[in-house]
Amino acid sequence: MKAVVYVTLKKGISDPQGNAVKEALDSLGYREVNKVRIGKIIELELEDMDKEEAEIKIKEMCEKLLANTVMEKYSFEILEG
Amino acid sequence: MKFGVVVFPGSNCDIDCYKVLSNVLKKDVDYVWHDTENIEKYDVIILPGGFSYGDYLRCGAIARFSKIMDSVVKHANKGKLVIGICNGFQILTEVGLLPGALIRNNNLKFICKTVPIRVENNTTPFTLNCEKGQVINIPIAHGEGNYFIDEEGLAQLEKNNQIVFRYCSEEGLIDEKSNPNGSVKNIAGICNKAGNVLGMMPHPERASELLLGNEDGLILFKSIIDYLERGHFE
Repeated sequence: MKAVVYVTLKKGISDPQGNAVKEALDSLGYREVNKVRIGKIIELELEDMDKEEAEIKIKEMCEKLLANTVMEKYSFEILEG
Repeated sequence: MKFGVVVFPGSNCDIDCYKVLSNVLKKDVDYVWHDTENIEKYDVIILPGGFSYGDYLRCGAIARFSKIMDSVVKHANKGKLVIGICNGFQILTEVGLLPGALIRNNNLKFICKTVPIRVENNTTPFTLNCEKGQVINIPIAHGEGNYFIDEEGLAQLEKNNQIVFRYCSEEGLIDEKSNPNGSVKNIAGICNKAGNVLGMMPHPERASELLLGNEDGLILFKSIIDYLERGHFE
């Protein structure tokens, strides 16, 4: 089975990388962009297991390693098959 | 008195720390590989700067799970001394020995220059030879040194006198202009509540020999040595 984990900066944490990309988009003429925030996508390929078990495991992985909850939040989805 | 400088894959200030202790201060010091579990013979553990594990995922995030880190946490909990410099500071926040986190510099630049910092707390084993308010010039070299902590955490730091160094002007003024990376309240270094664990972004080991142009950093190492020799505060 597969899962995708999304790690993004918490609200209020500055994202200079996002700001730089916003300015680059501006200079390309995309004036409709008001804000850019950059995060990470982490793809996991997992042994098959119950969805509930997988949720518990992935949450644990996020809390321990994949995200630093001082500055980041995370979410994930489990893809069947 | 024995010092241990931990070496992770990707550490690059380990040699500087080692040489300051061995050549300049003539102290007993070992390199300690990251998979070492028994560190009982060391009085002081130094987590040096660098890019442990390539800074993959986040700075310090992977080093924090090295075998040695369980022992470093135990060492700290016994009240023994730990100092994390730059990447070492990032590892100390990741492992939870120090609060907060180091995020990207607000100007997106990797900053490598000598900056003045002000000693805010001279009652730690690392700063006892300093005057409170003393300004020392120490190099910084980081892309992710912007110290972040939430308001509640900051209030705790202030209440417990855990802010050890702040970035300042040459005259010792704490202002926006002297903040190189966007750190909350110009914070450059903090200690834990007990005062035996210090994390700092500036590199005292790069400023400990006159031959290299600056020995302001020596005061930290000498403070540690005096503290250990006396076995207590004066």
